[in-house]
Amino acid sequence: MTVHNLYIFDRNGVCLHYSEWNRKKHAGISRDQEYQLMYGMLFSIRSFVNKMSPVDFRDGFLSFQTSKYKLHYYETATGIKIVMNTDLGVGNIRDVLSQIYSTILVEFVVKNPLCSMNEPIQSELFRTKLDSFVRGLPFFSARAG
Amino acid sequence: MSRQANRGTESKKMYWYLPFISPSASLHLMNSELFTLTYGALVTQLCKDYENDEDVNKQLDKMGYNIGVRLIEDFLARSNVGRCHDFRETADVIAKVAFKMYLGITPSVTNWSPAGDEFSLILENNPLVDFVELPDNHSGLIYSNLLCGVLRGALEMVQMAIDVKFIQDILKGDNVTEIRLKFIKRIEENLPAGEE
Repeated sequence: MTVHNLYIFDRNGVCLHYSEWNRKKHAGISRDQEYQLMYGMLFSIRSFVNKMSPVDFRDGFLSFQTSKYKLHYYETATGIKIVMNTDLGVGNIRDVLSQIYSTILVEFVVKNPLCSMNEPIQSELFRTKLDSFVRGLPFFSARAG
Repeated sequence: MSRQANRGTESKKMYWYLPFISPSASLHLMNSELFTLTYGALVTQLCKDYENDEDVNKQLDKMGYNIGVRLIEDFLARSNVGRCHDFRETADVIAKVAFKMYLGITPSVTNWSPAGDEFSLILENNPLVDFVELPDNHSGLIYSNLLCGVLRGALEMVQMAIDVKFIQDILKGDNVTEIRLKFIKRIEENLPAGEE
């Protein structure tokens, strides 16, 4: 099992943070274009899912998977979006993503008054904490994938 | 003797509910007097810096707004409250969860407008004014106006534009403190510029 990469978007579609661990193939476009493409797709999926659902539901879009990877999606009521790509063996990791939000993003960015909340995150502390958190996940393994 | 003894009240403690891991865990028990007195010092300084009460009110509201937009993230992270589906649910969360968590009080929710887009929060004791007496030359000052900014900022971040103001204040001789919240509109999410 493995974790490929992680995106954090704010409510306006700005990519606040990106990190990657085991990513073998790159998009062949600039990072900024990639973020925009990713956000545009998430935005569309979200409205698609909400419109197509035959029943009312609370959580909305949670994840999708292809033959090779799985994309996990978590959105807070304030519109912050956390997206993690893993391999197919990883189950539901909603609590992991919400933990990234509540114990890392909120603690080291929101509570840091010098960190602006609508541009890419510069904080080194945030980066290190996030990196060690993800590396410590039970399904993080550099060998696989 | 401590001053609590003189005032005849028990020392008030605020309990800060923590997420499971927190670097600030040692701060989980904070004396609310520190907060109240710090707020008092802030208001005093603003009154010195600005000539009229109107400007002080405006500054307090602005600061509150800036606090609110960050506080909402902390609130959501701690409370696990999801999106509210109507204004009544919002009112309940504000009064029973948020006020409780940050100020240690539970205001009552009353005076709903028939359309359900306006309500009042009645605060029987406002912790911000524990030691305050409003002098005559500051009759225009809305002492706790910071709270209005906090509410406005926090709700704006969850797509609700609201109007918040004090309509009764114990400091001005009313029996209770009443904050009026009026729902203006839902803020729609836009696709970022440059898309499609």
